[in-house]
Amino acid sequence: MMDKMIFGRYVPAESVIHRMDPRSKLVLIFLFVCIVFLANNMLTYGLLTAYTFFMIALSKVPIRFIYTGLKPVLLLVVFTLFLHLFLTKEGEVLFRFGWITIYEEGLRQGIFISLRFFLLILMTSILTLTTTPIEITDGLESLLNPLNKVKFPVHELALMMSISLRFIPTLMQETDKIMKAQTARGADFTSGPIKERIKAIIPLLIPLFVSSFKRAEELAVAMESRGYRGGEGRTKYRQLSWGLKDTAMLAMLAALALVLFLLRT
Amino acid sequence: MTEPLVELKNVSFTYDAEAAYALNNVSFNIYKGEWLAIVGHNGSGKSTLAKLLNGLHFPLEGCITVGGISLSEETVWEARKKIGMVFQNPDNQFVGTTVRDDVAFGLENHGIERSDMVQRVTESLEKVKMTSFLNQEPHHLSGGQKQRVAIAGVIALRPDIIILDESTSMLDPRGREEVLETVRELKRNYNMTVISITHDLEEAAKADRIIVMNKGQLYREGTPEEIFQMDEELVKLGLDIPFPVKLSKVLREKGLPLSRHYLSEEELVEELWTSHSKM
Repeated sequence: MMDKMIFGRYVPAESVIHRMDPRSKLVLIFLFVCIVFLANNMLTYGLLTAYTFFMIALSKVPIRFIYTGLKPVLLLVVFTLFLHLFLTKEGEVLFRFGWITIYEEGLRQGIFISLRFFLLILMTSILTLTTTPIEITDGLESLLNPLNKVKFPVHELALMMSISLRFIPTLMQETDKIMKAQTARGADFTSGPIKERIKAIIPLLIPLFVSSFKRAEELAVAMESRGYRGGEGRTKYRQLSWGLKDTAMLAMLAALALVLFLLRT
Repeated sequence: MTEPLVELKNVSFTYDAEAAYALNNVSFNIYKGEWLAIVGHNGSGKSTLAKLLNGLHFPLEGCITVGGISLSEETVWEARKKIGMVFQNPDNQFVGTTVRDDVAFGLENHGIERSDMVQRVTESLEKVKMTSFLNQEPHHLSGGQKQRVAIAGVIALRPDIIILDESTSMLDPRGREEVLETVRELKRNYNMTVISITHDLEEAAKADRIIVMNKGQLYREGTPEEIFQMDEELVKLGLDIPFPVKLSKVLREKGLPLSRHYLSEEELVEELWTSHSKM
């Protein structure tokens, strides 16, 4: 259960994208999100799509992983398409069937906006599929570092994130254990009306909360006894290294942005 | 024995001013290179003692000296470099997302240079024989393995003393033996001082010296042989006597001429089969 939920997202492989510095990946995604809005005609959208699929090919992540990640949001994409199809009333009428009228502009908008949405999801999936959660945390910490100057607790935030990541499987195992213990005592989590099922979760959540607080306290003591006293004067074991490929990837994106800017109408 | 490494003088402590003392006027010394077991049933003050030694609490009265440093709010970080602590719950002391990150955690806290850090991480994992688990995540490890990683995290900081605060009580017998063997080896090879706080007298039987705590006071101090002479008294204190000691006592009552109370099964078996062959 837990492997599928959290760590199943990451697909280990040997690819340029996997080896990229998480910082450059994060910056790249952020810029991509901005650039997507530059596209406004067939050609530019075509270019964006080509770029996205080029990145997928580079990442060497099997398509089926990308597909499983996309499945839940695909519905939303289709929904956006239909929303635009039926609600935009501009341009020429394409066809009329009973009370449904579809306009040219509606079709155009619908396709473009859902395509935009689709591409954004694809790109962010590449990020999570090729980067481990802890790498993302490291990347974020490093990128947010300048915020330290305005007293933003960057190190604490990153530590919180990494401790949460580390404890997710532990808490999952614990949930499983408590669930079994409560089932043995006659609790029923799987049948009955929604209201009953929500009620059944309470005897699961309370022991979980109690033990989490206990864990948190013990962890704090253990951390303190190992000399933890905040981010000051701390060195880092994990290191990020910015390479040529990172610069190259960003340069490629910049070139794409320039072309998009020139080709948009 | 030489100069004491840790000195406790008339230490008293209470968690709650209203309640009874968790520790009441406790004094003893810990010497370099020894294995000291502190035993006692729940609430005898043995865990409080561990927390005081590591500066997680400070004594209300009396003073604690660790390697010449008197423990106080100002010196506590210095003292913590000398004392490493392994706690009871294997999960709740694992901070890193992988084995190597966890071992590095303490080193990061002390601002060790990265190149030095990498070397110390591999070195300490070698000492606890966990090198092949370098990139494992904690939920794929057994309890005993997690405790060995915790020990690696402690020795990476090169402390003089390791405190095992009930570190084996949540492990299965195999995990327990794994952890104790690791500690024994460290003590043998690197002359570490070990303080093990436990209610398992089998574990304490292998120590050099035992301190029995009861109701926040030092009840008795001595070698394992001396302590196990107390047998009935130990039971009254809520401690369980190890099986070989129990057995040799019963055998003596039955009239078998055993020379002493044996602490280990091997010794007892040795005496039993040789004494039989004399007849």
